[in-house]
Amino acid sequence: MKTMPPNWSVPALLCATALGLLTSLTPALAADPIKIGVIAEAQAIAGASIPQAAQMAADEINAKGGVDGRKIEVITYDNHSSSADSVRAFQRAVNEDKVNIVIASYISEVVLALEPWASRLKTPFVTPGAASNEISKSVHADYEKNKYTFHGYLTSAALAQSVCDAAKELLVDQKHMKSAVIMSEDAAWTKPLDVGYEECLPKIGLKVLDHIRFSPDTTDFTPIFNKIEAAKPDVIITGISHVGVQPTVQWKNQQVPIPMFGISSQATNSTFGKDTNDAANGVLYQGVSGPGVAVTPKSVPFADGFKAKFGNYPSYAGYTAYDEVYYIADAVKRGGSTDADKLIEALEKTDWEGTIGRVQFYGKDDPFTHSIKYGPGLITGLMLQWQDGQQVAVWPKNVAKSEMKFPSFIKLTSN
Amino acid sequence: MLALQILIDGFAVSALYALGAMGFTLIFGVSGVLNLSHGAIMVLAAVAAWAAASVLHTDTYTGALIGVAVALIASFATYFAVVQPIQQSKRIPNEEKEIFVLTGTLLWGIMIQELIAYFFTNNAKTVLPIIEGVVNILGVRTPKNEIFTAVVCWVVIGALWLLVNRTRTGKAVLAASMNPRGVTLLGLELNSIYLVVWAIYGVLAGIAGVLLGMFLGVSSYSVGPLTASAFSIVVLGGLGSVSGSLIAAFVVGYLETVTAYLISPAYRTIPALLLLVAVMYVRPQGLLGRR
Repeated sequence: MKTMPPNWSVPALLCATALGLLTSLTPALAADPIKIGVIAEAQAIAGASIPQAAQMAADEINAKGGVDGRKIEVITYDNHSSSADSVRAFQRAVNEDKVNIVIASYISEVVLALEPWASRLKTPFVTPGAASNEISKSVHADYEKNKYTFHGYLTSAALAQSVCDAAKELLVDQKHMKSAVIMSEDAAWTKPLDVGYEECLPKIGLKVLDHIRFSPDTTDFTPIFNKIEAAKPDVIITGISHVGVQPTVQWKNQQVPIPMFGISSQATNSTFGKDTNDAANGVLYQGVSGPGVAVTPKSVPFADGFKAKFGNYPSYAGYTAYDEVYYIADAVKRGGSTDADKLIEALEKTDWEGTIGRVQFYGKDDPFTHSIKYGPGLITGLMLQWQDGQQVAVWPKNVAKSEMKFPSFIKLTSN
Repeated sequence: MLALQILIDGFAVSALYALGAMGFTLIFGVSGVLNLSHGAIMVLAAVAAWAAASVLHTDTYTGALIGVAVALIASFATYFAVVQPIQQSKRIPNEEKEIFVLTGTLLWGIMIQELIAYFFTNNAKTVLPIIEGVVNILGVRTPKNEIFTAVVCWVVIGALWLLVNRTRTGKAVLAASMNPRGVTLLGLELNSIYLVVWAIYGVLAGIAGVLLGMFLGVSSYSVGPLTASAFSIVVLGGLGSVSGSLIAAFVVGYLETVTAYLISPAYRTIPALLLLVAVMYVRPQGLLGRR
């Protein structure tokens, strides 16, 4: 049996082996790239922006000479929205592609599946878009084990607070609304979100009349909207991410006369208008940034640059993923190393003004350890509305571009 | 009020299920093929109609026609690329061909599903309704499009009935479903009957897909559930029985609607599946099945 390739001579093979040995023996040079693995839902609207935005940030940093001469290399993996695929991608990223850190997923179930793997493989890991409180609560509960995980997006508790803060001004103070029905999909991230809603809505003066949770694979929302309408609330407070297009279109087709306000992840992407044939008009959704909204001086140039490159504005997870690459680069620079422990230490000291606000992480003693801080001067979130096929900021006042506008079938009852 | 609501919503959903399942059962009845790429073809039709309207900016009618045309092409592609080569293969033993067709069409469906997700993302798309607005039926606000959906479904089902029972081609199709060998003895080419059936199937699946896209919206995730729902309706009604499928579609449609309204939208599909299991125990050939 012949095992040697036919055209290879013995000396050539020896040379190749020697070369191979040489390269593998060379110590890591300062010019070795910083490798960031990006595991995301490339086929989903919200997830597709993650690898694109990460690559964009890496290209910008590299164009300016990288981090102390080290280039940033982004290696992307499509997880098909599956936890199992994500775990395999994570293992491959660490064991074979030797990444230094991983940015992964906007789905809480996926992130919760990856969290133990970050600990086992001792590789820092940041999520740009998952919200479940459990992600950072586990870091708090067992810091030594779970310190590898960072929550680069708001927790469900903070999201609920952000929605309530906006609802107080927009719905209660401006429109004198008094009651609400919570409508949320049954998923890991909405459990704490709903707890947050139930707690903060009554405090701002919105009585919760009913609370409807539905399966994320629901396609016919008619019964849900009918049930909501029967309760006669002034507003529907949403917690939806896996679904978005279908409830929005059916809300419009059935002319449900009640406005929708809250978290609607799919609405954060600029293609949502087209996907819903503009049924999105009137939908109010929480965001961390948005097209044309100058949350910080970096927000608008990023969103416009992204659109010029990829043809659409980024989803919410695009903004966070872009910031993450930057503050990872910043942490590598400050810590002077890509070594996991040093990187974690440096990341914990992050104070970075990104596209969504000023990013800092909660510490070891806070209940949401390693989650980004929520609050004035840091990140507060915004409320945006789809108006005439565009995403327009309506809250807070300092970035608002317009008043709220509703399609004609909406009846604002407490006006 | 609630009863009327259930009656109206259930009717539209059931009519849509019936239309979707009809082509599926027809193909099985005539050629013994269980086409597991059914859901994929329906979704393809809806996504094509959506893409035509929002990317190419056609009007809604043209968009819908493009959707149906794409389903027709996909139907023939399924037949020529997957089903026919397996049926004519000399290397696959005859008794294993059904399994091969089942697997082949399943994989074909997954390929279509992944292509849709790759090019158009796996987020849901909705086709712009041909008729917009709502009407008030005895206090129940009903989208005109829902009525339109039900009407089109019944018109198409009626047309299919006329085609099968009143035209020569249709009678040949009917005969082939009863006794394929007898049809060949009468001098009819079985292959051309198959072509007719796949053409009818493509049009039915296309119309059902586009209407579904208008009524509820579809995503690449809908592929599996759509195939499964057509499959269970057809099994419930009796494999190959068109009228059985019609009845089963209404049973399933109303059972789901009643569950969604009276129990919880989260448990919508469960009672219908339990019924399917029960029918399998008591009457394995289905409600109106012959075999």
